Amino acid sequence: MIRFLGTLLACLVVGIAMLAQSATAQQGPLRIEITEGVIEPLPFAVPDFVSDNASAAKYGAQLSRVIAADLAGTGLFREIPAKAFISPITDFGAPIKYADWKAINAQALIAGAVTVSGSRLTVQFRVYDVFSGAELGNGLQFVGKTDGLRRMAHKVADAVYSRITGEGGYFDSRVAFVSEVGPKNDRRKRLAIMDYDGAGVQYLTDSATIVLAPRFSPSGDRLLYTSYETGFPRIFVMDVGKVKRRMLDSPEGTMSFAPRFAPNGKTVVFSLAQGGNTDLYTMGVNNGKRTRLTSAPSIETAPSFSPDGRQIVFESDRSGAQQLYIMPASGGEARRISFGKGRYGTPVWSPRGDMIAFTKQSKGRFHIGVMRIDGSEERLLTASFLDEGPSWAPNGRVIMFTRETQGASGRASLYSVDITGRNLRPVRTPDGASDPSWSPLQQ
Amino acid sequence: MSILAKILTIGALLVVTACTNSAGYGGDGQGGAGGDTAAGSASDPTSPAFFQQSVGDRVLFVVDQSTLTDEARSILSAQAEWLMMNTDYNGIIEGHADEQGTREYNLALGARRANAAREFLVSRGVAGNRLKVLSYGKERPIEICSDESCYAKNRRAVTILSSGLTG
Repeated sequence: MIRFLGTLLACLVVGIAMLAQSATAQQGPLRIEITEGVIEPLPFAVPDFVSDNASAAKYGAQLSRVIAADLAGTGLFREIPAKAFISPITDFGAPIKYADWKAINAQALIAGAVTVSGSRLTVQFRVYDVFSGAELGNGLQFVGKTDGLRRMAHKVADAVYSRITGEGGYFDSRVAFVSEVGPKNDRRKRLAIMDYDGAGVQYLTDSATIVLAPRFSPSGDRLLYTSYETGFPRIFVMDVGKVKRRMLDSPEGTMSFAPRFAPNGKTVVFSLAQGGNTDLYTMGVNNGKRTRLTSAPSIETAPSFSPDGRQIVFESDRSGAQQLYIMPASGGEARRISFGKGRYGTPVWSPRGDMIAFTKQSKGRFHIGVMRIDGSEERLLTASFLDEGPSWAPNGRVIMFTRETQGASGRASLYSVDITGRNLRPVRTPDGASDPSWSPLQQ
Repeated sequence: MSILAKILTIGALLVVTACTNSAGYGGDGQGGAGGDTAAGSASDPTSPAFFQQSVGDRVLFVVDQSTLTDEARSILSAQAEWLMMNTDYNGIIEGHADEQGTREYNLALGARRANAAREFLVSRGVAGNRLKVLSYGKERPIEICSDESCYAKNRRAVTILSSGLTG
């Protein structure tokens, strides 16, 4: 995204004077273990960031609201509203009155300051562990432009999330998806991109042709997707910043679809249908060199590379119904990993490498689920008339997917859910939406 | 001129007119054109309308299957006869799936169905270079309810005629 490239001019640790550490921690360190079975959301307060002049005041409030929405949206945190505050923060440099925050049960306090000069915004913040009476990590400063305020807020929230959970953040990320309008029998689809929280939607194609299943490149600069622009399904690659697309080579008389990047960003794995049979191939994005990976009369599709690029998980109906398999990235013998009752499709390797997310169909219901890469510890996270197409958050802790409702007025929309099955939430989009692809954290 | 001859002449004119552009006739694929727009008069046995309404432009499939039923074979046999009699037309066979399935699997399933229809037509004598296949997966249902009554009509392979002159 061009508008963001110039936004963050610098991100540096600043030597804001450290406050003296409290000698005794009353409840142990401020910490959330995401893998724990039951979580009581951690109460936090994020007062409007302090501003040194009136023109910066609105930014101070906006920063606070975006940070609060990010943290509360995880289901791991609960915001304490400003009206409960006993001692508002008016001076970023002044000592924190821990007792006043402890009294309203704010376990974490995020305090910050914002200064503006022209279109240049400087944001500083600190995170406090109220019950330990100490700062958590060091103060940080971001410098950017005013139109990059939401990104700066997401970066603050990522830092807070990361310090308290010990996991990578995911708020400063984007989602590519297919925007949908119109009834089921005349649905118009457009490729679109937005921030992970639904802000800043931008359309990348018009609705003249069907587009399906975008997938981000490993660096987030390009999208692969399937389009019927030529009348037949073909794979396109889109430069997200320039909004320029190019069709990849495809043999005459074939259909190609289900493209995903390899971690090197140069190779695409995809499905090619010829003579009614669908197999997996890889292709160089730039040189068009094609290699066949499977050759069976069954359907092989929905491939996904492991993060190290050595293996591919995919679905095949070679056993009679859709199941998940893993094979070497160069093709060769595949081992089946799904053995439960029902059908398994759309496997996606987690960015951490340890799990596979999938769609499961069983007894007329659809589920999003996760399993270990050896197929063990299968866990279904959702159930509905039609859930499909999981995509991982950059930290491998949250999954976004498509949910379509039943019947003649059925409509598709995006949802997210934790890999623990908690915190199922709709993702706000202007119209119907499907096929989310979550970007890596932005640079 | 007899009334029948007049009708045939009008039908032929419509066909000629339509042949000047390369758009397909009928079909329910891209753009949601609907299935009732074939050119020519349905009483003209050489018209796309006749092909669509009297011969039958589509065959239906069982859930998750691409095997042709006896009824499908009978319709495709009639399609093959018609195509061999009317060599001005080529066919694009569109394969479709119902909504009970994941998107990319359904694309592959639609490709299987379209290909099953194509292979049958070729086995009955239609030249392979006159027939293209295309899958829409679950992207273009014609019936929108979420019951088997709708699904049964959506699991289909539809033969769309195009002018042989323009390819």
